Amino acid sequence: MGKTLSEKILSAKSGVDASAGDIVVSPVDLVFVQDTTGPLTVRQFKAGRKQTLAAPDRTALFIDHAAPSPNRQLSNDHMFLREFAAESGCLLFDAGSGVCHQLVAEKLANPGDVIVGADSHTVTAGGLGAFATGMGSSDIAVAMSLGKTWFRVPESFRVAVTGNFSKWVEAKDLIIYLIGLIGADGATYKALEFGGEAVDRMPVSQRLTIANMAVEAGAKVGIFPSDHITRDFLKKQGRADKYKALQPDRDAAYERQIDIEANRLEPMVSQPHTVDNTAPARTLSNIKINQVFIGTCTNGRLEDIAVASHILKNRKKHPSVRLLVCPASGRVLTDAMNLGYIKTIIEAGGVILPPGCAACLGLHQGVLGDGEVCLSTANRNFKGRMGNPEGLIYLASTATAAASAITGRITDPREALS
Amino acid sequence: MGAVLKGRAFKFGNDVSTDLIIAGKYAHLRSNLPELAKHVMEDASPDFAKKVKPGDFIVGGSNFGLGSSREHAPLVIKMAGVSAVLAKSFARIFFRNAINQGLPVLICDTDRIVEGDKLEVSLDEGVIKNVTKKEQYTFTKIPPAMLSILNEGGLIPYINKYGDFKI
Ligand code: SF4
Repeated sequence: MGKTLSEKILSAKSGVDASAGDIVVSPVDLVFVQDTTGPLTVRQFKAGRKQTLAAPDRTALFIDHAAPSPNRQLSNDHMFLREFAAESGCLLFDAGSGVCHQLVAEKLANPGDVIVGADSHTVTAGGLGAFATGMGSSDIAVAMSLGKTWFRVPESFRVAVTGNFSKWVEAKDLIIYLIGLIGADGATYKALEFGGEAVDRMPVSQRLTIANMAVEAGAKVGIFPSDHITRDFLKKQGRADKYKALQPDRDAAYERQIDIEANRLEPMVSQPHTVDNTAPARTLSNIKINQVFIGTCTNGRLEDIAVASHILKNRKKHPSVRLLVCPASGRVLTDAMNLGYIKTIIEAGGVILPPGCAACLGLHQGVLGDGEVCLSTANRNFKGRMGNPEGLIYLASTATAAASAITGRITDPREALS
Repeated sequence: MGAVLKGRAFKFGNDVSTDLIIAGKYAHLRSNLPELAKHVMEDASPDFAKKVKPGDFIVGGSNFGLGSSREHAPLVIKMAGVSAVLAKSFARIFFRNAINQGLPVLICDTDRIVEGDKLEVSLDEGVIKNVTKKEQYTFTKIPPAMLSILNEGGLIPYINKYGDFKI
Protein backbone atom coordinates (compact mmCIF):
# COMPACT_ATOMS: atom_id res chain seq x y z
CA MET A 1 0.00 0.00 0.00
CA GLY A 2 1.28 3.46 -0.90
CA LYS A 3 1.85 6.25 1.54
CA THR A 4 0.42 9.69 2.15
CA LEU A 5 2.79 12.64 2.60
CA SER A 6 2.47 12.37 6.39
CA GLU A 7 3.17 8.63 6.37
CA LYS A 8 6.19 9.15 4.14
CA ILE A 9 7.75 11.84 6.29
CA LEU A 10 7.09 10.09 9.60
CA SER A 11 8.40 6.77 8.22
CA ALA A 12 11.58 8.40 6.95
CA LYS A 13 12.20 10.23 10.21
CA SER A 14 11.24 7.57 12.72
CA GLY A 15 12.91 4.74 10.81
CA VAL A 16 9.87 2.51 11.02
CA ASP A 17 7.33 1.74 8.34
CA ALA A 18 4.59 4.03 9.66
CA SER A 19 0.94 3.91 8.66
CA ALA A 20 -2.07 5.87 9.89
CA GLY A 21 -2.93 4.93 13.46
CA ASP A 22 0.60 3.88 14.45
CA ILE A 23 2.38 5.58 17.32
CA VAL A 24 5.92 6.63 16.41
CA VAL A 25 8.74 8.43 18.16
CA SER A 26 10.34 10.81 15.69
CA PRO A 27 13.34 13.11 15.83
CA VAL A 28 12.44 16.76 15.24
CA ASP A 29 14.26 19.05 12.80
CA LEU A 30 13.10 22.26 14.42
CA VAL A 31 11.43 23.13 17.71
CA PHE A 32 10.26 26.61 18.64
CA VAL A 33 8.33 28.75 21.09
CA GLN A 34 6.98 32.29 21.08
CA ASP A 35 6.66 34.87 23.82
CA THR A 36 3.25 33.87 25.21
CA THR A 37 3.94 30.12 25.39
CA GLY A 38 7.71 30.41 25.83
CA PRO A 39 7.96 31.27 29.52
CA LEU A 40 5.91 28.22 30.60
CA THR A 41 7.86 26.05 28.16
CA VAL A 42 11.18 27.23 29.57
CA ARG A 43 9.93 26.59 33.12
CA GLN A 44 8.81 23.09 32.13
CA PHE A 45 12.20 22.58 30.48
CA LYS A 46 13.92 23.66 33.69
CA ALA A 47 11.72 21.28 35.68
CA GLY A 48 13.15 18.45 33.61
CA ARG A 49 16.18 16.41 34.59
CA LYS A 50 18.14 17.14 31.42
CA GLN A 51 19.06 20.82 31.31
CA THR A 52 20.67 21.09 27.88
CA LEU A 53 19.12 21.52 24.46
CA ALA A 54 19.41 18.59 22.08
CA ALA A 55 20.16 21.00 19.20
CA PRO A 56 20.56 24.70 20.05
CA ASP A 57 20.86 25.68 16.37
CA ARG A 58 17.53 23.97 15.64
CA THR A 59 15.73 25.47 18.63
CA ALA A 60 14.22 28.91 18.14
CA LEU A 61 12.63 31.50 20.33
CA PHE A 62 10.45 34.22 18.82
CA ILE A 63 9.35 37.44 20.48
CA ASP A 64 6.39 38.32 18.27
CA HIS A 65 3.04 38.05 20.04
CA ALA A 66 3.37 41.20 22.10
CA ALA A 67 6.36 42.90 20.63
CA PRO A 68 7.51 45.50 21.45
CA SER A 69 6.01 44.74 24.84
CA PRO A 70 2.91 46.71 25.86
CA ASN A 71 3.38 46.25 29.62
CA ARG A 72 5.70 45.46 32.45
CA GLN A 73 4.72 41.81 32.97
CA LEU A 74 5.31 40.93 29.33
CA SER A 75 8.56 42.91 29.33
CA ASN A 76 9.71 40.70 32.19
CA ASP A 77 8.68 37.59 30.24
CA HIS A 78 10.72 38.86 27.30
CA MET A 79 13.74 39.37 29.58
CA PHE A 80 13.33 35.83 30.87
CA LEU A 81 13.28 34.47 27.31
CA ARG A 82 16.30 36.50 26.18
CA GLU A 83 18.22 35.23 29.17
CA PHE A 84 17.32 31.67 28.32
CA ALA A 85 18.43 32.18 24.72
CA ALA A 86 21.77 33.52 25.93
CA GLU A 87 22.40 30.69 28.36
CA SER A 88 21.13 27.85 26.14
CA GLY A 89 22.58 29.06 22.85
CA CYS A 90 19.30 28.75 20.92
CA LEU A 91 18.25 31.08 18.09
CA LEU A 92 16.52 34.27 19.17
CA PHE A 93 14.30 36.41 16.95
CA ASP A 94 13.54 39.53 18.93
CA ALA A 95 10.81 42.18 18.59
CA GLY A 96 10.39 43.44 15.05
CA SER A 97 11.78 40.33 13.36
CA GLY A 98 8.28 39.17 12.56
CA VAL A 99 5.71 36.46 13.22
CA CYS A 100 7.27 33.11 14.09
CA HIS A 101 5.55 31.13 11.30
CA GLN A 102 6.59 33.61 8.65
CA LEU A 103 10.21 33.51 9.85
CA VAL A 104 10.13 29.72 10.01
CA ALA A 105 9.01 29.66 6.37
CA GLU A 106 11.57 32.27 5.30
CA LYS A 107 14.56 30.84 7.14
CA LEU A 108 14.13 27.47 8.80
CA ALA A 109 11.57 25.03 7.39
CA ASN A 110 12.43 22.51 4.69
CA PRO A 111 10.49 19.86 2.79
CA GLY A 112 10.35 16.54 4.64
CA ASP A 113 11.16 18.14 8.01
CA VAL A 114 9.36 17.31 11.22
CA ILE A 115 8.68 20.59 13.02
CA VAL A 116 7.00 21.20 16.37
CA GLY A 117 6.20 24.57 17.89
CA ALA A 118 4.42 25.84 20.97
CA ASP A 119 1.89 27.58 18.80
CA SER A 120 -1.10 26.07 17.05
CA HIS A 121 -0.30 27.68 13.72
CA THR A 122 2.98 25.77 13.47
CA VAL A 123 1.04 23.90 10.76
CA THR A 124 1.93 26.79 8.43
CA ALA A 125 5.22 25.12 7.43
CA GLY A 126 3.14 22.35 5.84
CA GLY A 127 2.98 24.72 2.88
CA LEU A 128 6.62 23.79 2.23
CA GLY A 129 6.06 20.05 2.58
CA ALA A 130 7.05 19.80 6.25
CA PHE A 131 5.17 17.72 8.80
CA ALA A 132 4.63 20.62 11.20
CA THR A 133 2.30 20.75 14.15
CA GLY A 134 1.56 22.76 17.27
CA MET A 135 1.93 21.39 20.76
CA GLY A 136 1.78 22.64 24.32
CA SER A 137 4.59 23.70 26.57
CA SER A 138 5.34 20.31 28.16
CA ASP A 139 5.63 18.53 24.82
CA ILE A 140 7.81 21.31 23.44
CA ALA A 141 10.01 21.36 26.54
CA VAL A 142 10.63 17.63 26.13
CA ALA A 143 11.26 17.99 22.38
CA MET A 144 13.80 20.70 23.18
CA SER A 145 15.69 18.48 25.58
CA LEU A 146 15.38 15.09 23.88
CA GLY A 147 15.27 16.25 20.26
CA LYS A 148 12.29 14.02 19.59
CA THR A 149 8.63 13.57 20.32
CA TRP A 150 5.86 11.05 19.83
CA PHE A 151 3.10 11.16 17.25
CA ARG A 152 0.08 9.17 16.34
CA VAL A 153 0.40 8.96 12.56
CA PRO A 154 -2.71 10.74 11.29
CA GLU A 155 -5.22 9.48 8.77
CA SER A 156 -5.31 11.86 5.81
CA PHE A 157 -8.02 13.66 3.92
CA ARG A 158 -7.08 14.35 0.34
CA VAL A 159 -8.23 17.79 -0.79
CA ALA A 160 -7.97 17.90 -4.57
CA VAL A 161 -8.29 21.34 -6.14
CA THR A 162 -8.99 21.54 -9.87
CA GLY A 163 -9.37 24.41 -12.31
CA ASN A 164 -8.32 28.02 -11.91
CA PHE A 165 -9.07 30.67 -9.35
CA SER A 166 -11.11 33.62 -10.67
CA LYS A 167 -9.78 37.13 -10.28
CA TRP A 168 -9.88 38.36 -6.65
CA VAL A 169 -10.43 34.84 -5.36
CA GLU A 170 -7.53 33.04 -3.72
CA ALA A 171 -6.22 30.58 -1.16
CA LYS A 172 -7.88 32.29 1.80
CA ASP A 173 -11.30 31.93 0.18
CA LEU A 174 -10.59 28.27 -0.48
CA ILE A 175 -9.63 27.46 3.07
CA ILE A 176 -12.55 29.42 4.58
CA TYR A 177 -14.87 27.58 2.19
CA LEU A 178 -13.33 24.23 3.15
CA ILE A 179 -13.66 24.89 6.89
CA GLY A 180 -17.28 25.89 6.37
CA LEU A 181 -17.81 22.66 4.47
CA ILE A 182 -16.29 20.23 6.97
CA GLY A 183 -16.68 22.24 10.20
CA ALA A 184 -14.30 23.44 12.91
CA ASP A 185 -13.82 19.85 14.07
CA GLY A 186 -14.19 18.27 10.63
CA ALA A 187 -10.56 17.17 10.45
CA THR A 188 -9.69 16.70 14.14
CA TYR A 189 -6.59 14.46 14.45
CA LYS A 190 -6.37 14.19 10.65
CA ALA A 191 -3.88 15.43 8.10
CA LEU A 192 -5.36 17.68 5.44
CA GLU A 193 -3.28 16.89 2.38
CA PHE A 194 -3.66 19.20 -0.59
CA GLY A 195 -3.09 18.37 -4.22
CA GLY A 196 -4.53 18.70 -7.70
CA GLU A 197 -3.75 20.89 -10.68
CA ALA A 198 -4.62 24.18 -8.96
CA VAL A 199 -2.24 23.29 -6.14
CA ASP A 200 0.49 22.38 -8.63
CA ARG A 201 0.38 25.97 -9.86
CA MET A 202 -0.13 27.63 -6.48
CA PRO A 203 2.64 29.92 -5.15
CA VAL A 204 4.19 29.06 -1.80
CA SER A 205 2.66 32.16 -0.18
CA GLN A 206 -0.84 30.80 -0.82
CA ARG A 207 0.09 27.27 0.21
CA LEU A 208 1.26 28.71 3.52
CA THR A 209 -2.07 30.53 3.98
CA ILE A 210 -4.01 27.29 3.49
CA ALA A 211 -1.71 25.18 5.66
CA ASN A 212 -1.89 27.87 8.35
CA MET A 213 -5.65 27.49 8.70
CA ALA A 214 -5.78 23.68 8.57
CA VAL A 215 -5.82 23.77 12.36
CA GLU A 216 -9.09 25.74 12.24
CA ALA A 217 -10.68 22.53 10.96
CA GLY A 218 -8.99 20.69 13.84
CA ALA A 219 -6.28 19.13 11.65
CA LYS A 220 -2.94 18.02 13.04
CA VAL A 221 -1.18 19.14 9.87
CA GLY A 222 -2.05 20.82 6.59
CA ILE A 223 0.45 19.50 4.11
CA PHE A 224 1.48 20.19 0.53
CA PRO A 225 3.72 18.31 -1.89
CA SER A 226 7.18 19.72 -2.50
CA ASP A 227 7.75 20.54 -6.19
CA HIS A 228 9.46 23.00 -8.52
CA ILE A 229 7.52 25.88 -6.92
CA THR A 230 8.88 24.87 -3.51
CA ARG A 231 12.35 24.59 -5.04
CA ASP A 232 12.18 28.10 -6.51
CA PHE A 233 10.98 29.50 -3.19
CA LEU A 234 13.84 27.85 -1.29
CA LYS A 235 16.31 29.10 -3.85
CA LYS A 236 15.09 32.65 -3.35
CA GLN A 237 15.59 32.25 0.39
CA GLY A 238 19.13 31.01 -0.18
CA ARG A 239 18.35 27.40 0.75
CA ALA A 240 18.33 25.70 -2.65
CA ASP A 241 20.34 22.84 -1.15
CA LYS A 242 17.46 21.99 1.18
CA TYR A 243 15.10 21.16 -1.65
CA LYS A 244 13.72 17.66 -1.80
CA ALA A 245 10.88 16.55 -4.08
CA LEU A 246 8.01 15.05 -2.16
CA GLN A 247 4.76 13.62 -3.50
CA PRO A 248 2.31 11.16 -2.02
CA ASP A 249 2.19 7.70 -3.60
CA ARG A 250 -0.50 7.25 -6.23
CA ASP A 251 -2.06 4.39 -4.29
CA ALA A 252 -1.93 6.11 -0.89
CA ALA A 253 -4.95 5.42 1.31
CA TYR A 254 -7.08 8.41 2.24
CA GLU A 255 -9.90 8.41 4.73
CA ARG A 256 -11.81 10.92 2.69
CA GLN A 257 -11.48 12.70 -0.63
CA ILE A 258 -12.75 16.26 -0.99
CA ASP A 259 -12.88 17.77 -4.47
CA ILE A 260 -12.93 21.52 -4.89
CA GLU A 261 -13.33 23.32 -8.20
CA ALA A 262 -11.39 26.56 -7.91
CA ASN A 263 -13.50 28.23 -10.63
CA ARG A 264 -16.61 27.93 -8.49
CA LEU A 265 -15.13 29.59 -5.40
CA GLU A 266 -16.00 33.15 -4.53
CA PRO A 267 -14.74 35.60 -1.90
CA MET A 268 -15.65 34.07 1.48
CA VAL A 269 -15.99 35.38 5.02
CA SER A 270 -16.01 33.69 8.45
CA GLN A 271 -18.54 35.39 10.70
CA PRO A 272 -18.40 35.74 14.50
CA HIS A 273 -17.59 33.74 16.60
CA THR A 274 -16.41 30.61 14.81
CA VAL A 275 -14.30 30.13 11.71
CA ASP A 276 -16.77 27.60 10.27
CA ASN A 277 -19.62 30.12 10.33
CA THR A 278 -18.98 31.04 6.71
CA ALA A 279 -20.81 33.05 4.05
CA PRO A 280 -19.93 34.59 0.68
CA ALA A 281 -18.73 38.19 1.10
CA ARG A 282 -21.41 39.44 -1.32
CA THR A 283 -24.16 38.39 1.13
CA LEU A 284 -22.73 40.49 3.97
CA SER A 285 -22.65 43.93 2.36
CA ASN A 286 -24.90 45.32 5.10
CA ILE A 287 -22.21 44.77 7.76
CA LYS A 288 -20.48 48.03 8.64
CA ILE A 289 -16.94 47.82 9.93
CA ASN A 290 -14.86 49.90 12.32
CA GLN A 291 -11.47 48.32 11.78
CA VAL A 292 -9.69 46.47 8.99
CA PHE A 293 -6.63 44.47 9.97
CA ILE A 294 -4.34 43.16 7.24
CA GLY A 295 -1.46 41.02 8.45
CA THR A 296 -0.69 37.93 10.60
CA CYS A 297 0.86 34.56 9.86
CA THR A 298 -2.12 33.88 7.58
CA ASN A 299 -1.99 36.92 5.28
CA GLY A 300 0.86 39.26 6.12
CA ARG A 301 3.20 38.20 3.34
CA LEU A 302 4.63 40.42 0.60
CA GLU A 303 2.02 39.08 -1.83
CA ASP A 304 -0.73 40.26 0.54
CA ILE A 305 0.77 43.69 1.03
CA ALA A 306 1.01 43.91 -2.78
CA VAL A 307 -2.70 43.13 -3.16
CA ALA A 308 -3.61 45.69 -0.50
CA SER A 309 -1.43 48.33 -2.13
CA HIS A 310 -2.82 47.57 -5.58
CA ILE A 311 -6.41 47.97 -4.37
CA LEU A 312 -5.71 51.07 -2.29
CA LYS A 313 -3.67 52.86 -4.93
CA ASN A 314 -5.12 56.36 -5.53
CA ARG A 315 -8.00 55.58 -3.21
CA LYS A 316 -8.76 56.48 0.40
CA LYS A 317 -9.98 54.30 3.20
CA HIS A 318 -13.49 55.04 4.45
CA PRO A 319 -13.41 57.81 7.09
CA SER A 320 -15.01 55.65 9.79
CA VAL A 321 -12.61 52.74 9.32
CA ARG A 322 -9.23 52.30 10.99
CA LEU A 323 -6.97 50.50 8.54
CA LEU A 324 -4.14 48.57 10.21
CA VAL A 325 -1.53 46.86 8.09
CA CYS A 326 1.18 44.67 9.57
CA PRO A 327 3.87 43.07 7.39
CA ALA A 328 4.57 39.58 8.76
CA SER A 329 8.34 40.01 8.93
CA GLY A 330 11.09 42.58 8.77
CA ARG A 331 11.97 41.26 5.35
CA VAL A 332 8.38 41.70 4.12
CA LEU A 333 8.39 45.26 5.46
CA THR A 334 11.67 46.13 3.73
CA ASP A 335 10.57 44.60 0.43
CA ALA A 336 7.19 46.35 0.65
CA MET A 337 8.96 49.64 1.27
CA ASN A 338 11.30 49.16 -1.67
CA LEU A 339 8.36 48.35 -3.93
CA GLY A 340 6.43 51.44 -2.84
CA TYR A 341 3.56 49.49 -1.26
CA ILE A 342 3.99 51.02 2.17
CA LYS A 343 3.78 54.56 0.82
CA THR A 344 0.60 53.74 -1.11
CA ILE A 345 -1.02 52.23 1.98
CA ILE A 346 -0.10 55.19 4.17
CA GLU A 347 -1.40 57.61 1.53
CA ALA A 348 -4.70 55.70 1.54
CA GLY A 349 -4.94 56.33 5.30
CA GLY A 350 -3.45 53.09 6.60
CA VAL A 351 -1.41 52.64 9.77
CA ILE A 352 1.68 50.42 9.45
CA LEU A 353 2.35 48.25 12.51
CA PRO A 354 5.74 46.73 13.37
CA PRO A 355 6.23 43.16 12.10
CA GLY A 356 4.70 40.73 14.59
CA CYS A 357 1.29 39.43 15.61
CA ALA A 358 -0.02 42.96 16.24
CA ALA A 359 -3.80 43.10 16.72
CA CYS A 360 -4.34 39.37 16.12
CA LEU A 361 -4.70 38.17 19.68
CA GLY A 362 -5.85 41.27 21.50
CA LEU A 363 -2.76 42.18 23.47
CA HIS A 364 -2.03 45.53 21.81
CA GLN A 365 -2.13 47.55 18.60
CA GLY A 366 -5.81 47.38 17.73
CA VAL A 367 -7.95 46.05 20.60
CA LEU A 368 -11.64 46.32 19.71
CA GLY A 369 -14.14 48.49 21.60
CA ASP A 370 -17.52 47.17 22.81
CA GLY A 371 -19.69 46.23 19.85
CA GLU A 372 -17.01 47.17 17.32
CA VAL A 373 -16.65 45.17 14.13
CA CYS A 374 -13.30 44.17 12.69
CA LEU A 375 -12.66 42.62 9.31
CA SER A 376 -9.37 40.78 9.66
CA THR A 377 -7.14 38.66 7.45
CA ALA A 378 -6.18 36.52 10.46
CA ASN A 379 -7.21 32.94 11.07
CA ARG A 380 -9.38 33.14 14.19
CA ASN A 381 -12.50 35.05 15.16
CA PHE A 382 -13.29 33.51 18.53
CA LYS A 383 -15.17 35.58 21.06
CA GLY A 384 -12.65 37.72 22.92
CA ARG A 385 -9.87 37.02 20.45
CA MET A 386 -9.05 40.66 19.77
CA GLY A 387 -9.06 41.59 23.42
CA ASN A 388 -12.77 42.16 23.95
CA PRO A 389 -15.59 39.59 24.16
CA GLU A 390 -17.95 42.37 23.01
CA GLY A 391 -16.03 42.76 19.75
CA LEU A 392 -17.11 41.10 16.50
CA ILE A 393 -14.52 39.62 14.16
CA TYR A 394 -15.01 38.68 10.52
CA LEU A 395 -12.25 36.92 8.59
CA ALA A 396 -11.52 37.28 4.90
CA SER A 397 -8.84 37.50 2.23
CA THR A 398 -6.59 40.52 1.83
CA ALA A 399 -8.48 41.59 -1.30
CA THR A 400 -11.82 41.53 0.54
CA ALA A 401 -10.29 43.35 3.51
CA ALA A 402 -8.75 46.10 1.37
CA ALA A 403 -11.91 46.57 -0.71
CA SER A 404 -13.96 46.77 2.49
CA ALA A 405 -11.61 49.36 3.99
CA ILE A 406 -12.59 51.66 1.14
CA THR A 407 -16.36 51.18 1.38
CA GLY A 408 -16.64 50.88 5.16
CA ARG A 409 -18.71 47.69 4.93
CA ILE A 410 -17.99 44.10 4.02
CA THR A 411 -17.42 44.17 0.29
CA ASP A 412 -16.89 41.54 -2.35
CA PRO A 413 -13.73 42.77 -4.10
CA ARG A 414 -15.16 41.73 -7.46
CA GLU A 415 -17.96 44.27 -7.06
CA ALA A 416 -15.81 47.10 -5.82
CA LEU A 417 -13.04 46.70 -8.36
CA SER A 418 -14.66 45.66 -11.60
CA MET B 1 -4.82 5.85 40.35
CA GLY B 2 -7.98 3.96 41.30
CA ALA B 3 -9.54 7.02 42.86
CA VAL B 4 -13.14 7.98 42.34
CA LEU B 5 -13.56 11.64 41.42
CA LYS B 6 -16.58 13.37 42.91
CA GLY B 7 -18.08 16.77 42.26
CA ARG B 8 -20.70 18.86 40.53
CA ALA B 9 -21.07 19.47 36.84
CA PHE B 10 -20.51 22.89 35.28
CA LYS B 11 -22.09 22.66 31.86
CA PHE B 12 -20.84 24.43 28.75
CA GLY B 13 -21.80 24.22 25.09
CA ASN B 14 -19.96 23.18 21.94
CA ASP B 15 -16.73 24.74 20.70
CA VAL B 16 -15.38 26.06 24.01
CA SER B 17 -12.20 27.69 22.69
CA THR B 18 -8.94 28.23 24.54
CA ASP B 19 -9.79 31.94 24.36
CA LEU B 20 -12.93 31.21 26.42
CA ILE B 21 -10.96 29.02 28.84
CA ILE B 22 -8.29 31.65 29.40
CA ALA B 23 -8.46 34.77 27.26
CA GLY B 24 -5.40 35.75 25.23
CA LYS B 25 -5.66 39.26 26.68
CA TYR B 26 -4.36 37.88 29.99
CA ALA B 27 -1.05 36.87 28.43
CA HIS B 28 0.66 39.32 30.80
CA LEU B 29 -0.42 37.12 33.73
CA ARG B 30 0.95 33.89 32.33
CA SER B 31 4.03 34.05 34.52
CA ASN B 32 1.78 34.63 37.55
CA LEU B 33 -0.32 31.49 37.50
CA PRO B 34 -2.40 32.11 40.67
CA GLU B 35 -3.55 35.46 39.21
CA LEU B 36 -4.12 33.93 35.79
CA ALA B 37 -6.24 31.13 37.28
CA LYS B 38 -8.70 33.69 38.67
CA HIS B 39 -9.84 34.29 35.08
CA VAL B 40 -10.53 30.68 34.17
CA MET B 41 -13.57 30.32 31.85
CA GLU B 42 -14.26 34.03 32.32
CA ASP B 43 -15.56 34.89 28.86
CA ALA B 44 -17.80 31.79 28.84
CA SER B 45 -19.16 32.10 32.39
CA PRO B 46 -17.97 35.13 34.39
CA ASP B 47 -18.73 33.59 37.83
CA PHE B 48 -17.16 30.22 37.20
CA ALA B 49 -13.91 30.89 39.08
CA LYS B 50 -15.84 31.94 42.18
CA LYS B 51 -18.32 29.06 42.14
CA VAL B 52 -16.10 26.10 41.29
CA LYS B 53 -15.00 23.86 44.18
CA PRO B 54 -12.26 21.24 44.30
CA GLY B 55 -13.44 18.06 42.65
CA ASP B 56 -15.98 19.67 40.33
CA PHE B 57 -16.20 18.82 36.65
CA ILE B 58 -16.29 20.90 33.51
CA VAL B 59 -18.72 19.33 31.06
CA GLY B 60 -18.62 20.49 27.46
CA GLY B 61 -20.16 19.52 24.15
CA SER B 62 -18.17 18.79 21.03
CA ASN B 63 -14.71 20.13 20.07
CA PHE B 64 -13.79 21.28 23.57
CA GLY B 65 -10.56 23.28 23.74
CA LEU B 66 -10.24 24.30 20.11
CA GLY B 67 -7.84 27.06 19.25
CA SER B 68 -4.48 27.89 20.65
CA SER B 69 -1.75 25.58 21.89
CA ARG B 70 -1.55 27.41 25.23
CA GLU B 71 -1.03 24.79 27.90
CA HIS B 72 -2.24 27.43 30.34
CA ALA B 73 -5.77 26.35 29.34
CA PRO B 74 -5.73 22.91 31.00
CA LEU B 75 -3.36 24.28 33.63
CA VAL B 76 -5.78 26.92 34.95
CA ILE B 77 -8.62 24.40 34.83
CA LYS B 78 -6.55 22.09 36.99
CA MET B 79 -5.55 24.92 39.31
CA ALA B 80 -9.22 25.77 39.79
CA GLY B 81 -9.59 22.33 41.36
CA VAL B 82 -11.49 20.75 38.47
CA SER B 83 -10.94 16.99 38.67
CA ALA B 84 -11.73 16.13 35.04
CA VAL B 85 -13.16 17.60 31.85
CA LEU B 86 -15.92 15.61 30.14
CA ALA B 87 -16.88 16.34 26.55
CA LYS B 88 -18.23 14.65 23.44
CA SER B 89 -14.98 15.43 21.66
CA PHE B 90 -11.82 17.43 22.25
CA ALA B 91 -9.55 19.48 20.05
CA ARG B 92 -6.30 17.61 19.53
CA ILE B 93 -3.78 19.96 21.17
CA PHE B 94 -5.96 20.61 24.22
CA PHE B 95 -6.43 16.88 24.77
CA ARG B 96 -2.71 16.20 24.67
CA ASN B 97 -1.92 19.24 26.85
CA ALA B 98 -4.44 18.18 29.48
CA ILE B 99 -2.88 14.72 29.75
CA ASN B 100 0.58 16.34 29.89
CA GLN B 101 -0.64 18.39 32.86
CA GLY B 102 -2.13 15.32 34.55
CA LEU B 103 -5.72 16.49 34.00
CA PRO B 104 -8.10 13.67 32.99
CA VAL B 105 -10.08 14.41 29.83
CA LEU B 106 -12.90 11.99 29.16
CA ILE B 107 -14.78 11.51 25.92
CA CYS B 108 -18.41 10.61 26.54
CA ASP B 109 -21.93 11.58 25.57
CA THR B 110 -22.61 14.62 27.74
CA ASP B 111 -26.12 15.46 26.51
CA ARG B 112 -27.87 14.07 29.60
CA ILE B 113 -25.67 15.95 32.06
CA VAL B 114 -26.95 19.36 33.17
CA GLU B 115 -25.47 22.13 35.29
CA GLY B 116 -25.31 21.14 38.96
CA ASP B 117 -25.62 17.36 38.48
CA LYS B 118 -23.57 15.44 41.03
CA LEU B 119 -21.13 13.12 39.28
CA GLU B 120 -18.80 10.33 40.36
CA VAL B 121 -16.12 9.21 37.94
CA SER B 122 -14.14 6.01 38.25
CA LEU B 123 -11.14 6.33 35.96
CA ASP B 124 -10.23 2.65 36.26
CA GLU B 125 -13.69 1.31 35.53
CA GLY B 126 -14.37 3.86 32.80
CA VAL B 127 -17.69 4.78 34.33
CA ILE B 128 -19.37 8.10 35.08
CA LYS B 129 -22.22 7.94 37.62
CA ASN B 130 -24.76 10.74 37.52
CA VAL B 131 -25.86 10.62 41.15
CA THR B 132 -28.50 13.31 40.68
CA LYS B 133 -30.16 11.52 37.77
CA LYS B 134 -29.32 7.98 38.92
CA GLU B 135 -27.79 7.24 35.55
CA GLN B 136 -24.52 5.82 34.38
CA TYR B 137 -22.40 6.61 31.32
CA THR B 138 -19.20 5.18 29.94
CA PHE B 139 -16.28 7.05 28.46
CA THR B 140 -13.84 6.15 25.70
CA LYS B 141 -10.62 4.66 27.03
CA ILE B 142 -7.63 6.98 27.06
CA PRO B 143 -5.02 5.56 24.60
CA PRO B 144 -2.33 3.52 26.44
CA ALA B 145 0.53 5.86 25.44
CA MET B 146 -1.30 8.77 27.05
CA LEU B 147 -2.60 6.83 30.03
CA SER B 148 0.94 6.07 31.16
CA ILE B 149 1.74 9.81 31.03
CA LEU B 150 -1.45 10.67 32.94
CA ASN B 151 -0.64 8.02 35.55
CA GLU B 152 2.70 9.71 36.28
CA GLY B 153 0.93 13.03 36.80
CA GLY B 154 1.98 14.53 33.48
CA LEU B 155 4.69 14.51 30.85
CA ILE B 156 7.52 16.19 32.77
CA PRO B 157 7.29 13.79 35.75
CA TYR B 158 6.97 10.92 33.25
CA ILE B 159 10.15 11.88 31.38
CA ASN B 160 11.96 12.60 34.63
CA LYS B 161 11.12 9.08 35.75
CA TYR B 162 11.85 7.14 32.55
CA GLY B 163 14.33 9.50 30.85
CA ASP B 164 12.69 8.83 27.48
CA PHE B 165 9.41 7.91 25.79
CA LYS B 166 8.45 4.36 26.70
CA ILE B 167 5.99 3.96 23.89
S1 SF4 C 1 -0.28 36.23 13.90
FE1 SF4 C 1 -2.00 35.60 15.20
S2 SF4 C 1 -2.40 33.48 14.69
FE2 SF4 C 1 -0.38 34.01 13.86
S3 SF4 C 1 1.08 33.37 15.44
FE3 SF4 C 1 0.57 35.52 15.82
S4 SF4 C 1 -1.15 35.49 17.26
FE4 SF4 C 1 -0.96 33.45 16.38
